[in-house]
Amino acid sequence: MKVLVPVKRVVDANVKVRVNADNTNVDTANLKMAINPFCEIAVEEAVRLQEAGIATEVVVVTIGPKAAQEQLRTAMALGADRGIHIETDEVLAPLSIAKLLNAVQAQEQAQLILLGKQSIDGDNNQTGQMLAALSGLPQATFASEVKVEGDCVMVTREIDGGLQGLKLPLPAIITTDLRLNEPRYAKLPNIMKAKRKPLDTVTVESLGVTLKQHQEVVSVAAPAARAAGVMVASVEELVEKLKNEAKVI
Amino acid sequence: MATLVIAEHDNSSIKLDTAKTLACAQAIGAEVDLLVIGHQCASVVDSAKSLSGVRKVLVADNAVYSQHLADNIAELVVSLAGEYQHILAAASSQGKDFLPRVAALLDVAQVSEVVEVVSDDTFVRPIYAGSALATVKSLDAIKVMTVRVSAFDAVANDGSADVQTVDGVFGSKVEFISQTLTESERPDLGAASVVVSGGRALGSSENFVILEQLADKLGGAVGASRAAVDAGYVANDLQVGQTGKIVAPDLYIAVGISGAIQHLAGMKDAKVIVAINKDPEAPIFQVADYGLEADLFEAVPKLIELL
Repeated sequence: MKVLVPVKRVVDANVKVRVNADNTNVDTANLKMAINPFCEIAVEEAVRLQEAGIATEVVVVTIGPKAAQEQLRTAMALGADRGIHIETDEVLAPLSIAKLLNAVQAQEQAQLILLGKQSIDGDNNQTGQMLAALSGLPQATFASEVKVEGDCVMVTREIDGGLQGLKLPLPAIITTDLRLNEPRYAKLPNIMKAKRKPLDTVTVESLGVTLKQHQEVVSVAAPAARAAGVMVASVEELVEKLKNEAKVI
Repeated sequence: MATLVIAEHDNSSIKLDTAKTLACAQAIGAEVDLLVIGHQCASVVDSAKSLSGVRKVLVADNAVYSQHLADNIAELVVSLAGEYQHILAAASSQGKDFLPRVAALLDVAQVSEVVEVVSDDTFVRPIYAGSALATVKSLDAIKVMTVRVSAFDAVANDGSADVQTVDGVFGSKVEFISQTLTESERPDLGAASVVVSGGRALGSSENFVILEQLADKLGGAVGASRAAVDAGYVANDLQVGQTGKIVAPDLYIAVGISGAIQHLAGMKDAKVIVAINKDPEAPIFQVADYGLEADLFEAVPKLIELL
């Protein structure tokens, strides 16, 4: 079984971003970049399926500038077999990304597509669902457990209020929640080996997909800062302030 | 043109999220229809009728919709989309699941987690874990959007809308197997006016009991940081943050939570934030209205005693 894992290059999760001076975007120049944490979990799950003898090939794909190849190499160091880089300098909407991924899936015919549930920059939480719609495949989002059984996959999903178990016929699309697994660290020999794994670069045009602009960003602003609070010396003072000053209890 | 809101419910009762999503829909300005998709959900329809400002309640009641699976619900919504310029659902686990599917089938983008309506085509939404607010203009003919319910006040219950049954039965490729819901007597995390949250510093699930006592005393809900959930102290669905629940209660008490960016994303719109932490350098103190540098195992029992 072939597994396809789309990954995204994003600003590292621990970096605090700031809005730029002319309020047009967040300033990402010179920030540490990394593979999106949810995508990392998707790669880890695919590699575990391979180690369990279920997946025969793990293909990672990314859409982005040349530098995004770093994230493909990282994914290959974690165990993916080969990478596909759709090179573009444009920032694409989830729908456009889903269309490009659908074109890749048409060529690759993967049985399972594993994506992160959301990227930590756009926070859209859309791409997996959109890809499922475009490809006509069933979806299981926010997965915290994945078990392949024959030509089906059993998925436990994190939903508001608890957990839900679903059974999907393959091929299927799954998006990962944080609790699906704990991604491994890449070992140095694997990082070296990853440099020799195949990586194809393709253009948006070569995939035969026509993209259009769906949204325009009017402005990007910093959220209102909270007024500085006070430190209280004791529990008594805290209760007094909550009762008489904030009036919330 | 009108707006379609898809109701959030569990086949027996309508969720408060629906009334909050309606408030966002009404800010857009057009007439609003409410769509109830489910099975044996007559009681939901009854509540839906009385929500303020609803023109009509559309009902798709069929066994195929009993588990609210994304693929067939999306097809049903798409079949009704022609009459609407805006399609809205709450940014709940359910809304996030099916609505992007609707958008893709309509070949339009989705605006996720809308916190403010600027005009009928321009909306504000948080990005980068709430570190920035983007104002986006949709260029699509149909605007599909999920609504961050914590940013809107629920509409009243003084309506009397007509009910209309909709046809359209679509099967799902997905088979429902099971559902395990966390039992709780406390108010729903997203709707509670007081939330008491604990982090890694609680040390064990047994120790979480003191937070539950504090929450009960205040009539509030219990939340948690990712660290506390990962350590197995509480269930996943209590996680507050970028990837968990987004809450905006009147009072948020963070106990033993350092205040990572991802956690702040889920609670920094609370009206009053209290932090109890023994590390004076913890980032949570930068957003707290009232900070108490203390050992939580002494401060929380004392707090319970004084309330």
